[in-house]
Amino acid sequence: MRKYNVDVVYGIYDDEEKLLHAVRQAKSKHLEIFDVYSPFPVHGMDNALGLSESRLHIAGFVYGAIGTLVAFLGMTWIFTRDWPIIFGGKPYWAVPSFIPITFELTVLFSAWGMTLTFYTICGLWPGVENPQLDLRTTDDKFCLAFNTKDVSISDANSFFSESGAEEVNTKSI
Amino acid sequence: MSGGVVAPVRRPLIEGHKTYHQITEDLCSPTEKAPSKAWIIAFIISVSVLAFGLFCIFWTIWMGIGTWGSNRTIGWAYDITNFVWWIGIGHAGTLISAILLLFRQRWRTGVNRAAEAMTIFAVICAALFPAIHVGRIWVVFYFFPYPNTRGSIWPNFNSPLLWDVFAISTYFSVSLLFWYTGLVPDFASIRNRASGLRKKIYNSLSFGWTGSAKHWQRWESLSLVLAGLSTPLVLSVHTIVSFDFATSVIPGWHTTIFPPYFVAGAIFSGFAMVQTLMVMTRKILKLQEYITIEHIESMNKVILVTGTIVGVAYLTELFIAWYSGYVYEQFAFFNRATGIYWWSYFGMMTCNVISPQIFWVKKLRRSVFVTFFMSIFVNIGMWFERFVIIATTLARDYLPSSWSYYRPTWVEIGIFIGTIGLFFTFYMIFTRVAPVVAIAEIKHILKVGGDQYIGENATHKNQHDTHSLSSTNHH
Repeated sequence: MRKYNVDVVYGIYDDEEKLLHAVRQAKSKHLEIFDVYSPFPVHGMDNALGLSESRLHIAGFVYGAIGTLVAFLGMTWIFTRDWPIIFGGKPYWAVPSFIPITFELTVLFSAWGMTLTFYTICGLWPGVENPQLDLRTTDDKFCLAFNTKDVSISDANSFFSESGAEEVNTKSI
Repeated sequence: MSGGVVAPVRRPLIEGHKTYHQITEDLCSPTEKAPSKAWIIAFIISVSVLAFGLFCIFWTIWMGIGTWGSNRTIGWAYDITNFVWWIGIGHAGTLISAILLLFRQRWRTGVNRAAEAMTIFAVICAALFPAIHVGRIWVVFYFFPYPNTRGSIWPNFNSPLLWDVFAISTYFSVSLLFWYTGLVPDFASIRNRASGLRKKIYNSLSFGWTGSAKHWQRWESLSLVLAGLSTPLVLSVHTIVSFDFATSVIPGWHTTIFPPYFVAGAIFSGFAMVQTLMVMTRKILKLQEYITIEHIESMNKVILVTGTIVGVAYLTELFIAWYSGYVYEQFAFFNRATGIYWWSYFGMMTCNVISPQIFWVKKLRRSVFVTFFMSIFVNIGMWFERFVIIATTLARDYLPSSWSYYRPTWVEIGIFIGTIGLFFTFYMIFTRVAPVVAIAEIKHILKVGGDQYIGENATHKNQHDTHSLSSTNHH
């Protein structure tokens, strides 16, 4: 089990709109949110939490570009330097017929690179056991958590009762 | 993915006034219960068929390609037909998961998981054929360029057959990533309901997913880019498969219409296979409220459109053959329709062009019974299409002295039936270990697709209006 060494106080909501509302309220009260857990991606949550846009797609572009270069330069080197052969009267450097493989490797590198990056930066991997605040957050409950260092338990309690949380709990993770 | 305003004409995509918890319950429970008798019987049949297929593959490898009916004139026949057929079937999964995601078609969520699984299993079946066809399967790794002690000597990067190797391996692995990334949150849902060893296994499968907001944000970003990558990829795969034929100098093969015509045919046959599977799956796993008549009708519309495109392509080919004024091309098409294999051309035309036209009638489009039979028809028709293109064309080549006839041997038929066994074996295991409908994605569209929010039986109309208002404000 991975340890964060954090004491959290968290509230459970039964609807994503209540959660979204609570997140906006917490933001307006300048309460620092530790994390939010939901069974599905909640529309508008990124903006409400003020999360910066994911840069994964930039990584995807870079991986793709590497794939393009590997494929194109690789075939160029093989057919003009390493072992030049004439196929069907084509020139050694037959650019049009390199395009399909160049395209495929671009997609291959981009997809694999992005996916592996995604799992690595999220700390998700087979065998990893990440701490969970409430098992029902993969079912029908929505959870908003504060670090007790940032928000005192009494402040959190009054916030949760105001914003309509069903339950409030604390946990060390 | 979801959110936004729903047009009042939209019909619900999730029936039965589901709550979030009910969705988890309905979709996780098939993996938690003991298998039903029907499942066990069907599984035994699939595995037996698969075992016979494996025996036939072994027989081919042991005795050699001479056990097949291919001959010097018809060097490509049954196996390549089956290869193209399976690859084509795979395309519908990617179309549903990627292209319909980009087009924001919400009905895809009911069927995308199973359709992507179908893609992966269909590509596995397809990839078997070229591997066996090379004859010496123990040197099949020569397909791939790797530094070797023979020079290094490399494969021919100018050859469409090598493009195929790259296209299919990329397609398979990217589809697998896309599918699995979608499965990760759903495996976490199953994990959190399980205990003991089962919990351990599902925790490993879910990679320790927690559902944190930042993870969801990246997950959505990843899904969208993978969809964006898969879209040109899926079109490239069947385009490259068609290049296997189109770049040759065989009359009837070297036509520029092949890439779009193959892609349309692939989507056509793939949707038919999705229908075959969905009609059975929704009945056996009692998922009629998630895979509704609405979904079936939408897919039948796709079948109607792509079937008609394929029909237009057949007629265009005939017209161009005549218009080209090139006797060999004219003969190739005349021979297809009236030659020794006239029956396969007839089967192709009837099943692919004429029969889908019944879907103009709304009542037939919404009938589960008709859909099931049509889906089988279309699959047969598309198999005939590939047979017509491959065997019929080769049987009558430039030299009448080498004209020949091809009929499959029991070994070839065994391998083909074996791949169907393989496909169903994998699919049935999949229905036991993973949610057949994407749980997180269904929950995501509940408020815009659930029948308590939209449609005639809606009881939460007001709530829904505020929801759509708040999300539109957000854009």
